[in-house]
Amino acid sequence: MYKIVGKRRLNSTITWLEIEAPLVARKAKPGQFIILRTDEYGERIPLTMAGHNSEKGTIDIIYQAVGKTTLLLDQFEVGDALADVVGPLGKPTEMEGLKRVAVVGGGTGNALAYPIAKGMHDAGIQVDMIAGFQTKDVVILEDEFRAGTTNLYITTDDGTYGEKGFTTDKLKDLIESGNAYDEVVAVGPPIMMKFVCQLTKKYDIKTVVSLTAYMVDGTGMCGGCRVVIGDENKFACVDGPEFDGQLVDWDELIQRNSFYQEQEKEDMSHICRLTGGVRYHD
Amino acid sequence: MINLVKEKNPMPEQDPMVRNKNFKEVSTGYTEDMAINEAMRCLKCRKKPCTTGCPVRVRIPEFIEKIAEGEFEEAYQIISDTSSLPAICGRVCPQENQCEGVCVQGVKGEPVAIGRLERFAADWHREHFKDEVIEKAEGNGHKVAVVGSGPAGLACAGDLIAKGYEVTVFESLHKEGGVLAYGIPEFRLPKSIVAAEVSKLADKGVKFVNNAVVGMSMTVDELFEDGYEAVFVGTGAGLPQFMNIPGENLLGVYSANEYLTRINLMKAYIPEYDTPIHISKRVAVIGGGNVAMDAARCAKRMGAEEVYIVYRRSMDEIPARKEEIHHAIEEGIKFQLLTNPVAIKGTDKAYVCGLECVEMELGEPDSSGRRRPVEKKGSNFVLDVDAVIMAIGTRLNKLILETTENLEPNKKGGIGADEKTGETSHEGIFAGGDAVTGAATVILAMGAGKNAADSIDKYLESN
Repeated sequence: MYKIVGKRRLNSTITWLEIEAPLVARKAKPGQFIILRTDEYGERIPLTMAGHNSEKGTIDIIYQAVGKTTLLLDQFEVGDALADVVGPLGKPTEMEGLKRVAVVGGGTGNALAYPIAKGMHDAGIQVDMIAGFQTKDVVILEDEFRAGTTNLYITTDDGTYGEKGFTTDKLKDLIESGNAYDEVVAVGPPIMMKFVCQLTKKYDIKTVVSLTAYMVDGTGMCGGCRVVIGDENKFACVDGPEFDGQLVDWDELIQRNSFYQEQEKEDMSHICRLTGGVRYHD
Repeated sequence: MINLVKEKNPMPEQDPMVRNKNFKEVSTGYTEDMAINEAMRCLKCRKKPCTTGCPVRVRIPEFIEKIAEGEFEEAYQIISDTSSLPAICGRVCPQENQCEGVCVQGVKGEPVAIGRLERFAADWHREHFKDEVIEKAEGNGHKVAVVGSGPAGLACAGDLIAKGYEVTVFESLHKEGGVLAYGIPEFRLPKSIVAAEVSKLADKGVKFVNNAVVGMSMTVDELFEDGYEAVFVGTGAGLPQFMNIPGENLLGVYSANEYLTRINLMKAYIPEYDTPIHISKRVAVIGGGNVAMDAARCAKRMGAEEVYIVYRRSMDEIPARKEEIHHAIEEGIKFQLLTNPVAIKGTDKAYVCGLECVEMELGEPDSSGRRRPVEKKGSNFVLDVDAVIMAIGTRLNKLILETTENLEPNKKGGIGADEKTGETSHEGIFAGGDAVTGAATVILAMGAGKNAADSIDKYLESN
């Protein structure tokens, strides 16, 4: 069992968990993910790691409670244990040869962009992070982001905090004002990553994105996480999760990620099963 | 006394139209009387071809004689001497190509039902020795790691623990059994049987570490650093293949691996489980092997009205076990033979709504000796389906090869290993099963695991 040793609400829907998983923590690197299962009846879902502590044998995950499994996960408290955590999975972020990078995060994606930004910063790379949120109330981890990057720029869609506008607006400003980036990293909703890639294509800047897809085993066996990169089908679990964003077929990715949404909506209408009685862990 | 009836005692089975709506085991097993009656069909011939036909050399005539005498436990013990998973082999081995394929009774009638008798003995033992006290072999102090808890790994672990080694099995999924857990459906191999075999090994002292992806969570080299003196790699066949035809990423196209894993390992057929799966009315399964049969029969049980096996050759070339094909036909699976898919059609929301196929005819034999299927020009038609399952084989997983220095691949891209000994190019690493050969059978993988256990024993003794 994988014990939860820390839990912190970051905003009304986003939560940080620290979980004992020594086998994962020993080898984890920025950009990699885990698969967890809450309990015997749970789905296996992939989550990018937000951090890890090899000495303590713990990993960090940050999730937004929006789906069935994340709502269930929200019921777990410090001292409870998850049935399964497996990893680290996927290829780590490539940093070799980079000197100056812009990291763009959107919403919960910021939490997953953060270990990449921090990892690069720790490796001596100059990192400008653009952290985009809808509004002031949902801004998370500002202090951590500031400490782990060279420059932090916060944007909100409604202008209630930081600069008003989308992350792409800020990125455009930075590029136009003469900041020369070797690479842009974007982690967030697929639609945001798509627009970042459209923008950077104009400036011919290589852009790396981290993709999530439905998957079961995470080791290449099921093939459920196939994504089109250029003209090729790749598996997000073993070939990714990071890919050259300018080669991603975004419309297909968005479509594939909608596969089980109808079923999940149906399940979500049975809130009792998710939060009360039978399925509540003991 | 010999039973001269030319046919096997029929296997009691659930009615096809009942069983195609549930996941309970199809065949319910011989009674004691049926088993004795069947055992008496053995001619006790001098040459014993059945034993040489068995990849793990079960002493078949000896155990059958014990069944004929009503000594069921002794029969089980004879099988157990050489096979660590008799309840599983009795159910899933392709006996027609092995022991039963060479049985003398098969020349003029049906062979002795060796598989059914093996299953009977194993089931009888499990029912009558529930609280069996397992004797642990005396430890020899040497540590061996087994990577993968499928048939190869379990067989290897079983033999090594009996020889006194300290054995740890690393499994990447949350449950042990490999293909026995995620691939072969409940109605063909109840998961309680797999769990019983695993727990027997655990009682003997085998340690299981689940959720450990060797190559990611730790490398093979790190296993040596952790004190393991030899490593057996039995990681299975790996990555699913697709056809590279248009429409393969539409919603409702599954690899057989994914479809079967969602159902068998993740229990999508039990409402209490959260596992999502596309509920389909009309399903096409591409391929003609055992995996295709399993996927088709699962689809039927998940509520599909029409399920097609789409196979490009004819019934004479189809590779699945005869019994599986027979069961599939009984359950209402339709065989769309000499048919090859060319494209998958989708709705505006990208859900599968049809499979465009072309008719085939058989030409000259190819390198495999089977007649090569050739397209009939202009014969395209669309099969009305809302899900497509690809069961056309697997590619090998490169994870261990890529993360282990000095471990060489073979020509097929699998781990290069001597097929008799399991020895690889890397000292102390042995490999076997589908990870070496590509997709094959449970029993061949078990045979490879056993051979590797012998080699590991010799290797560690000489060091």
